[in-house]
Amino acid sequence: MAKIAQSLTGVRQHQRSQSRRKLYGAIAAHIALIGLSIVFFLPFLWLLSTSLKPEWQIFTFPPVWIPDPITFEHYGTGINFIPFWSYLSNTVIYCFFAVLGTLISSSLAAYSLARINWPGRNILFAILVAVMIVPNQVTIIPQFLIFRTFGWIDTLLPLTVPAFFGAPFFIFLLRQFFMTIPKELSEAARMDGASEWNIFWEVIIPLSHPVLATVGLFTFLNAWNDFLGPLVYLNSQSNYTLSIGLQQFRGQYDSLWGPLMAVTTVMTLPVIVAFFFTQRLFIQGITLTGIKG
Amino acid sequence: MATPALRFKRRGLSPQQRRDLRSGLLFAAPAILGLLIFVAYPVLASIYFSFTSYSILQPPFWTGWENYQTLLFDDPLFYTTLYNTFYIAIFTIPLSVIVAMGLAMLLNVKVRGQSIYRTIFYLPTIVPFVASSVLWLWIFNPQYGILNTLLWYIGIQGPGWISDPSWAKPSLIIMNLWGVGSWMVIYLAGLQDTPQELYEAAELDGATAWQKTIYLTLPFMSPYILFSVILMLIGIFQYFTQVFVMTNGGPADATRVYAMYLYQNAFTYFKMGYASAMAWLMFVMVVLLTFVIFRTSARRVYYGGQ
Repeated sequence: MAKIAQSLTGVRQHQRSQSRRKLYGAIAAHIALIGLSIVFFLPFLWLLSTSLKPEWQIFTFPPVWIPDPITFEHYGTGINFIPFWSYLSNTVIYCFFAVLGTLISSSLAAYSLARINWPGRNILFAILVAVMIVPNQVTIIPQFLIFRTFGWIDTLLPLTVPAFFGAPFFIFLLRQFFMTIPKELSEAARMDGASEWNIFWEVIIPLSHPVLATVGLFTFLNAWNDFLGPLVYLNSQSNYTLSIGLQQFRGQYDSLWGPLMAVTTVMTLPVIVAFFFTQRLFIQGITLTGIKG
Repeated sequence: MATPALRFKRRGLSPQQRRDLRSGLLFAAPAILGLLIFVAYPVLASIYFSFTSYSILQPPFWTGWENYQTLLFDDPLFYTTLYNTFYIAIFTIPLSVIVAMGLAMLLNVKVRGQSIYRTIFYLPTIVPFVASSVLWLWIFNPQYGILNTLLWYIGIQGPGWISDPSWAKPSLIIMNLWGVGSWMVIYLAGLQDTPQELYEAAELDGATAWQKTIYLTLPFMSPYILFSVILMLIGIFQYFTQVFVMTNGGPADATRVYAMYLYQNAFTYFKMGYASAMAWLMFVMVVLLTFVIFRTSARRVYYGGQ
C-alpha cells in the first residue's frame, strides 16, 4: 500500500512539474509574442503618428511619438495635392469590374470543369494548372501589344476586360470547392427538369457563398494593390489608380512626409477595414491557397 | 451540314453526352477564349519576339540567338541584376522561413489572445506594396526615421539604409521579413495538423522541447517548408514594386533586380525582343531551380504515412 501511495505521489509530482513547465512555457510565449507584436506593429504606429503630427514635429530629433496637438491638416493637404478623388474612382472602377468579371467567368468555368462530364475537360484542367507557372513577365509584353492594337492603352480596359475571361488560379480554387458538393443535388434538380444553367445558378452558387467571397476578396485586394498593370497601361494622370498616384506623389514631393503618410494611410485603411470584417475568409483563403493578397 | 468526320464523331455520342459537351464548352467558353488570347498567343509571340529585335515602332526582325547571346556574354548589367536578385533571395527565403516558423510555433502554444497576435503578424501582408514601400522609406530615413531613432536610443549611429549602396539590399530584406505573415498562417495550419499523440508519447519518454522540434515538428512541417520556399523563389524573381517605388534600382544599381531590369528594357528602352529573352531566361532559371530544390530535398521531405 505504502509503495503504491508513494508512486502515486511520484506521478502527481511529475504531473505538477509538467503543468508548471507548461505554465512557464505559456508565460515565455506570451512575453515573446508581446515583444514581437510591438516590432510588427510599430511601422503602423509610425505611419499614423507621422500623418497626424504638425509639420514641425515630423522633423525633430529625437522624434515626438505622440502628436501634440493631433492635426488632420496633412490629410487635407495630401488629398488636395493630387487628383485624389479621380485616383480613387479609377481604383474603385478597376476593383469593381475585376471582381465582377472574375466571379462570373471563373465560376462558370469551374462549374464546367467540376460538374459537367464532357470529353476534354481534364485536358482543359491540366492546361489551366500548367498556365499558372508561366510568369507574368513572359506574357505582359505581347499582352501590351494586343491592347495597343485595340487602342486600349491609357484606359482601364486592359486591366478590367481580361477579368471576364477567367483567372486560372481562381478557377482552380472554385473547381476544388464545387467538387465537394454532393452529386445527388444536381441529379435531383436534373430529374425535376432543371437546365444546366438552373443547376448552376440555383443549386451550386447558393451553396458556394463562402468560397465566392474568398475569391472576390482576393480579387479586390489584387486590383486595389496592383501596381505593374496600371504602370504599364496608364499614361495620363487623369487615368491613374491610387497605387501609381501615390508613387508619382512620392517621386515629385520627396520631403512632404506628412501628406505622404496621410495618403498612404488612406490607401491602406480600406484593405485593413476589409480585413477586419472578413478575417475568417482571409485565413481560410490563405491556407487554401498560400498566396498573398 | 457537318463534315463527315464530325458527323461520325457526333454519332458516337448519346444525346446526353452531346448535351454535356455543348454545355461544358459553353460554360467554359470565356475561360477558353481567355486562355487563347491572354496566354497561348502571348506565350508563342513572346518566344518569337525573344529571337527578334523589336522596338514597337518598326516591325520585329529576326536576329536568331543574338538577344540570348548578348544577355549571357555581353551585358554586365544582366549579371548585376541577377546577383542582386539572388542576394535578396538567399537571405530573404531562409530568414522568412525561420521567422514565420518561429511565429507559428509561438502561436501554436495556444496562449490566450492567439487571434489578436495572429492578426498583428498578418496585417503587414495585406498592405498594398506601394503603401508599405513609401512607409518603409520613411522608416529607413537616416535622419528622422524610426529605425535610426531606435538605434540611437541604444547608442548606435545607424547607417543610411536604403540610400546607402552597401545597406540597400539588407534594408529590402528587413522589409520583406515584415511581410512573412501569410507564410506564418500556412505553417500554423500545418502545425495544427501534426498528430498530437506523437508529442504526448515523446513527452512521456522525456523528450525536451528542442528534441521535439527537431525530430517531430520539422519533419512534419517539411512539405510546407518546401512549398513555401518554391513559391518565395518564384516571388522573388518577380520582385519589382518595392524597388521601383523606393530606389528605382539605385543607389549605384545596388537594388536593380531582375524584374526591374526586364521592365526597363521593355517599357523604358522599348527593347521588347531583349526583354522577352530575359523573361524566358527567368522562366528557365525558375524551373531549373525548382527542379534542383525538389531533387535535393526529396529525401528530407516527409509526406505523412510513408
